[in-house]
Amino acid sequence: MPQHALNTLNNSAALIMAAALLLWSTAWADAKRFTATDPAWKTECGSCHVPYPPALLPAASWRAIMSGLNQHFGTDASLEPQIAARITAFLVQHAGRDRGSTHGQPILRITETAWFKHEHEEELPAAIWSHPAVKSPANCGACHTRAADGDYSEATLRVPR
Amino acid sequence: MRKTGFYPTLAAITALAAGIAVAAAETPTDFLQAYAAEAKTADHRFAGFSAERGMKFFTATHGGEWSCASCHSQTPLQPGQHAMTGKAIAPLAPAANPERFTSASKVEKWFRRNCNDVLNRACTAVEKGDILTYLLSLKP
Repeated sequence: MPQHALNTLNNSAALIMAAALLLWSTAWADAKRFTATDPAWKTECGSCHVPYPPALLPAASWRAIMSGLNQHFGTDASLEPQIAARITAFLVQHAGRDRGSTHGQPILRITETAWFKHEHEEELPAAIWSHPAVKSPANCGACHTRAADGDYSEATLRVPR
Repeated sequence: MRKTGFYPTLAAITALAAGIAVAAAETPTDFLQAYAAEAKTADHRFAGFSAERGMKFFTATHGGEWSCASCHSQTPLQPGQHAMTGKAIAPLAPAANPERFTSASKVEKWFRRNCNDVLNRACTAVEKGDILTYLLSLKP
């Protein structure tokens, strides 16, 4: 093969690798920025906690959660039926992939998903969850300062000390 | 004939629009009046609301784990913090947060949920009126 053809091949390979890297990093950044939104979801789910991104649980989990709002993790979070139906439809439409369930039951807590554990257990001291400013793993906004807008990127992360 | 038919319709539309305007912009006093009417219907001896009773009710745990103050703070002119999730809650006293007690659907929703969480039952009209009277007595 002539030298110039090899050079072209090398250049092409470099270009493809650069493109792949860019795609990968974009996908990574996107995984930490959630854009799906709905006014009813944002208002209602966001009044007691950050409105958790629908992509963080599979559809079966959202259906189970939304059918038991009158006993929602120890509090009454009941909604008017038509508002609950609208929010359920939004959550199911943008739900994450089903990564398996525990004992045939859908996972009801984002903190119990393998994804959450992987992201939070490795680098963080266990004491962080009882820090007065954090109080609970449900309090995403304590560290993810832009969580209310679906932004969980590293750039907006501030872990309290 | 057509003309006379037009005016009642116009009047009806005006009345409807006025009704919607009232529904969209309630004031804490509107709620107090509604609770007073309900309390009087339930018991003709009803003799008005009490800020002091409201404060006691607000800070008591009523046999359960939480009081109203668990989330809304002992001084509701200040922001509160959700007892479970830690999320900040805007002040409940209207003097500190003018948005409070201005929407019937919101007030109804939160009394339903929170009375259930704190008392394991619905609040009575007297209890709601006492709480609101207490909250309105708070000035910064």
